Amino acid sequence: MKYIDDRKVISTMKPRMARNMIFRSLFLLATLFGLLVLGILLYRILSQGLGYLDLQFLQSLPSRRPEQAGVYTALIGSVWLMAVVAPISLFLGVGTAIYLEEYASKNVITTFIQINISNLAGVPSIVFGLLGLTVFVRALFLGTSVLAAGLTMSLLVLPVIIVASREAIRAVPKELREASYGLGATKWQTIIRIVLPAAIPGILTGAILALSRAIGETAPLVVLGLPLFVAFLPKTVFDIFTVLPMQIYNWTSRPQEEFHALAAAGIIVLLSLLILLNTIAVFIRNKYQKRY
Amino acid sequence: MAKTMETSQSQTERQTNGTGSNEKNIVYKTKELNLWYGDNQALKNINLEIIENEVTAIIGPSGCGKSTYIKTLNRMIELIPGVRTAGEISYRGRNILDKSYEVEELRTKVGMVFQKPNPFPKSIYENVVYGPRIHGIRDKKILNEIAEKSLRGAAIWDEVKDRLNQNAYGLSGGQQQRLCIARCLAIEPDVILMDEPTSALDPISTLKVEELMQELKKSYSIIIVTHNMQQAARISDKTAFFLNGEVVEFTKTTKMFSKPDDQRTEDYITGRFG
Ligand SMILES: Nc1ncnc2c1ncn2[C@@H]1O[C@H](COP(=O)(O)OP(=O)(O)OP(=O)(O)O)[C@@H](O)[C@H]1O
Ligand SMILES: [Mg+2]
Repeated sequence: MKYIDDRKVISTMKPRMARNMIFRSLFLLATLFGLLVLGILLYRILSQGLGYLDLQFLQSLPSRRPEQAGVYTALIGSVWLMAVVAPISLFLGVGTAIYLEEYASKNVITTFIQINISNLAGVPSIVFGLLGLTVFVRALFLGTSVLAAGLTMSLLVLPVIIVASREAIRAVPKELREASYGLGATKWQTIIRIVLPAAIPGILTGAILALSRAIGETAPLVVLGLPLFVAFLPKTVFDIFTVLPMQIYNWTSRPQEEFHALAAAGIIVLLSLLILLNTIAVFIRNKYQKRY
Repeated sequence: MAKTMETSQSQTERQTNGTGSNEKNIVYKTKELNLWYGDNQALKNINLEIIENEVTAIIGPSGCGKSTYIKTLNRMIELIPGVRTAGEISYRGRNILDKSYEVEELRTKVGMVFQKPNPFPKSIYENVVYGPRIHGIRDKKILNEIAEKSLRGAAIWDEVKDRLNQNAYGLSGGQQQRLCIARCLAIEPDVILMDEPTSALDPISTLKVEELMQELKKSYSIIIVTHNMQQAARISDKTAFFLNGEVVEFTKTTKMFSKPDDQRTEDYITGRFG
């Protein structure tokens, strides 16, 4: 006796196809919803801010008069912040990931560390702001300097970098490690010549996510007490400064309509910076991306 | 069990005397080696002697401890957590299980070819000179010479000499395996360990690798794990038959495949079990 009746299969074909179509449309709608919101957002920002976006806007200091105000100090401040956050968080994050994956023996303590790193990734950014305020700004007397903000932001993005780097390192086939060890390579030689080159695309993906977050975060910096108005550029990492999201936040909280347009223009600058960052990462990634 | 141990030991002794080997041409001497994965004992009282410039084949049913044993010979087994060993393996007179023996030093003398070809995601050239580079050779001229010599040694030079800078992943499986052999030759080892090196290859590539081994044994000592009886018979001088973590019989290949001493060996090689 056959269990699958051909006639029944044919008769149920229509409703099965219909259900398939329904779900297909449902998921397409879900995708379109996201795209639509993104589109509206971009349209609003571009239509509002594009008119104010010119070379003068990029080169001007902040001002109380909207027609003279610019993002110069904030833009340079954001670049300074990145210059501090990128090396510190990458070194600490990738270093931790290498230690946990390659050197540490798998025991209760490393499992405990692992779980806590994942937990840290979920801690609200404002809490990191409080930590930075207590430790860097007050206890270490760094004030609201580039360094204090940079260290705070590094801590904030560290879990993301660690988790992404560990996954990337773990994804490197163990056969490649064995081949290297089998030729008499030390652990470090294997890491630097085999594991890291193969893991770099994954590590970079994590790093970009992390840095994009750091460049856009406002809450922890507000908690640190970063000034909303800075009319000069930092000369060292110990100087006070401000960043793009702070400047945008400042402008949106003003009552005048012009300042809202300025905020939109500031957002365009911020988004461009993000795209630039991503493009660099894609380039590096393509350079290293090899199948294995 | 105790009886088995005795026979295998006396066989080893007879073997040793029979071939007239002396301390000088013994590469590896394994004495009373026991190995556990956690609580699970994988090797039991192994006694084996590997002689210079010979091909020693290790045969036996799946799970009998062949890979475990061969990986102990270059201490690759240490990469697996929870492994414990007891006994002694002396390589050229020094106990390698002694923690003061640096594995990196050992693995420079003892090369390994794995079951699955595992080239690095780098160019063919970079694959071959990887070993020399990590051992500190920077001179481009010397590296080039090593690369050519090793690739010729692995009988793949003619196939790759015009594409040395292409990625090794573009080679066929058989070519990749010979590249891995070349990479192993480049560290100028004394012993080459091979764990089923042809199991992922087609018959023609297998034949090429087998011919290669005949050539290589003139300058190297080779230990090869294989599931292929004909292969063991064709290429090896001595054969060890492993069963449930023990060496049942270790003798000249010709004898092993014509009139083995142990009934279990005969059953295995005639295909009655395993
Ligand atoms: N990583 C490991 N952890 C725990 N037990 C293991 C591990 N590797 C192997 N074993 C056990 O040790 C025994 C010997 O395994 P081994 O891999 O040496 O067998 P083998 O003779 O090489 O088999 P095959 O011919 O299938 O490759 C088996 O019982 C296996 O289950
Ligand atoms: Mg095996």
